[in-house]
Amino acid sequence: MRGPGPTPSARENGEIVSDTRPVTPAALHPAPTPAQVAQQARARTPVEVTGAQSLVLSLEAMEVDTVFGIPGGAILPAYDPLLDSVKVRHVLVRHEQGAGHAAEGYASATGRVGVCMATSGPGATNLVTALADAYMDSVPVVAITGQVASSAIGTDAFQEADIRGITMPVTKHNYLVTDPAEIPRVIAEAFHIASTGRPGPVLVDISKDALQARTSFAWPPRISLPGYHPVTRPHGKQIREAARLIAAAKRPVLYVGGGVIRAEASEELRRFVELSQIPVVTTLMARGALPDSHELHLGMPGMHGSVSAVTGLQKSDLLIALGARFDDRVTGQLSTFAPDAKVIHADIDPAEISKNRKADVPIVGDCKAVLTDLAEAVENDMDAGTAGDYSAWRSRVAGWKRTFPVGYTEPAEEGALAPQYVIERLGAIAGPEAVYVAGVGQHQMWAAQFVQYERPNSWLNSGGLGTMGYSVPAAMGAKVGEPDRTVWAIDGDGCFQMTNQELATCVINNIPIKVAVINNSSLGMVRQWQTLFYNERYSNTDLHTSVGSRVPDFVKLADAYGCAGLRCERPEDVDETIRQAMAIDDRPVVVDFVVERDAMVWPMVPAGVSNDLIQVARDTAPQWDREESEAVPQPTDADHDGR
Amino acid sequence: MSKHTLSVLVENKPGVLARIAALFSRRGFNIDSLAVGETEHPEVSRMTVVVDVEDLPLEQVTKQLNKLVEVLKVVELEADSAVQRQVMLIKVRADAATRSQVLEFVQMFRAKVVDVATDSLTIEATGTSDKLTALLEVLEPFGVRELVQSGMVAIGRGPRSITDRALRTA
Repeated sequence: MRGPGPTPSARENGEIVSDTRPVTPAALHPAPTPAQVAQQARARTPVEVTGAQSLVLSLEAMEVDTVFGIPGGAILPAYDPLLDSVKVRHVLVRHEQGAGHAAEGYASATGRVGVCMATSGPGATNLVTALADAYMDSVPVVAITGQVASSAIGTDAFQEADIRGITMPVTKHNYLVTDPAEIPRVIAEAFHIASTGRPGPVLVDISKDALQARTSFAWPPRISLPGYHPVTRPHGKQIREAARLIAAAKRPVLYVGGGVIRAEASEELRRFVELSQIPVVTTLMARGALPDSHELHLGMPGMHGSVSAVTGLQKSDLLIALGARFDDRVTGQLSTFAPDAKVIHADIDPAEISKNRKADVPIVGDCKAVLTDLAEAVENDMDAGTAGDYSAWRSRVAGWKRTFPVGYTEPAEEGALAPQYVIERLGAIAGPEAVYVAGVGQHQMWAAQFVQYERPNSWLNSGGLGTMGYSVPAAMGAKVGEPDRTVWAIDGDGCFQMTNQELATCVINNIPIKVAVINNSSLGMVRQWQTLFYNERYSNTDLHTSVGSRVPDFVKLADAYGCAGLRCERPEDVDETIRQAMAIDDRPVVVDFVVERDAMVWPMVPAGVSNDLIQVARDTAPQWDREESEAVPQPTDADHDGR
Repeated sequence: MSKHTLSVLVENKPGVLARIAALFSRRGFNIDSLAVGETEHPEVSRMTVVVDVEDLPLEQVTKQLNKLVEVLKVVELEADSAVQRQVMLIKVRADAATRSQVLEFVQMFRAKVVDVATDSLTIEATGTSDKLTALLEVLEPFGVRELVQSGMVAIGRGPRSITDRALRTA
């Protein structure tokens, strides 16, 4: 049987030129399209195909609609049938790291598995950062890489890299496929593993000869994963034990992590919070899990968390950790973290429980199920009149929330633009239905603090790995997955220069993201640490992107890519500039927000010390009254740079 | 720190050993001893890993092992409810004057001589690591010229089979 392929005339007519071609009419394909073959295959009749066709058919069967990638020697065979697929859109990126982050952004915005593809050797190694990022933040991603022919594996062949070995510690699982017959099963397993249990990246490395060889394709394949059984139903006994602690607690706090977002458990969380009336903190990975406008929401905990969230955890007598992992950026010095609290720790990954902080009640399970069961248990306690009463605690945390709102002071220099103000206005104008995608650094913290998140999956960032350069490609992936939403990349001038080549991808493929470059002309977070801990010795943090020179000029750069380029340097122009950017929807927009460079992220708990030492500004601890039960207002000189 | 013996049942597939060894090293655990081989079910391999860790980190490494997709089961075998064996081959200096003394120790430890030369003996000894350490101590004065030892293998006492149980739940 003839393999599917466009007829020569279709190519000559220029019908198929870009990777975003519209759905090609079936009439152009005398040979069956992969979609047609897939339909045939649904009847479980094996069809004779190449390994490459088997791969594309498997992706179609998994209902993949988008693949981000770049072809190259070893993966070339796969790109040929991909050209004919009317179901799978391939977005040709400019760097494989961009493909990886785009797959992450797609997955984080939609909850579906993101897919990226690269060739062997450098193509595959360029994916590593994104895979490590997805592993740390539990993002369901499947990466497909070409490998040199199986006979050449191990010979240091051209563009050979042991990508399976390289990615073992940064993937949930990975495969090396040299037998084309295994392709459907491996692809099905990869998607299953990536998306179930604790989600994560799975890499499938396929040798070139396996892609070229003839094989038969049948769907669905028989999955064989005898060692993979994620536990999703929480144990009833543990739920009862947790309910007992909740009823007995006086100062409970829900410590909500990214697992609640991945479990799509926001609705269950809201219900539980309203039922139990327990205050909530949402970590950097969980922003939006509970609306920021909710009165029991204390904000984000951790190194740059709100005073109420950090102190709420510190003074708590019961932490109910849901899909959170007691990361050092949340706990500060672990030995002094929430010293009086008992811990209920629910997570789908048993290895997270008691890893950093010993749990009194471990619960292994999916957060959605855990919250449903906990709500039922608490409801029973309420009916029986044995539920806890936290009203005194609530008024205490509400006092902290009132007294120490996350804020900022105006720049010392008259007329200078405060980065926090830009982000605050961006959030207000773009609203809660938009998707916000940050890079890593000061702008990321401000975006976590000053945008009001009201829904899950509206906040995307690189939390665990802290990957500078995440923003633009991840925003691109998010926009592909959620084309009807406004997607704002909130990026720094440092981060933006790491991956802005994907603007070309966005322009050519009509992916109109919006990029707010919070340009303080420096590696701002590093500079902040130099200000605070290195005697203001600014070693290698000046990027020259606005102070003294504009290298590069981001507006001209945007223009060169075919994006709309805007610049805003004065507070009075912020709203108008954002509105202008919001009005452009036929191409990506890059806004160069030139902000003051001395702004710092506050509050802050310096690395490695107790969260009790939180500072709301430089050398300024929150002032508590003697009983620490009521906070007193801050002096007005608690300004952001402390000078 | 204390020694723990883990029996890890894994799918018999290429790359599994690398994955497990990498996991121990990444999580900061040093493997004291490692033995790998097929079980009575050819699709299942069994690794016996001896690690020197406290209880809490041991729990963490066990959980991390369980997360590996190709790991079917992890069981800690307690010394008093398991049989533990290691094999050691020792090439020891032994001439006419010392040979009989060496042979005496070989007998005491119920070891075997597997190769003889004019000035050396090669001894095969099996046992727990304590026994082998003791044997080595008494042979040291004669001059140990070469030493090789296997990883420890261990099996639980009694009629129950962890392989069967693992395959049933799998």
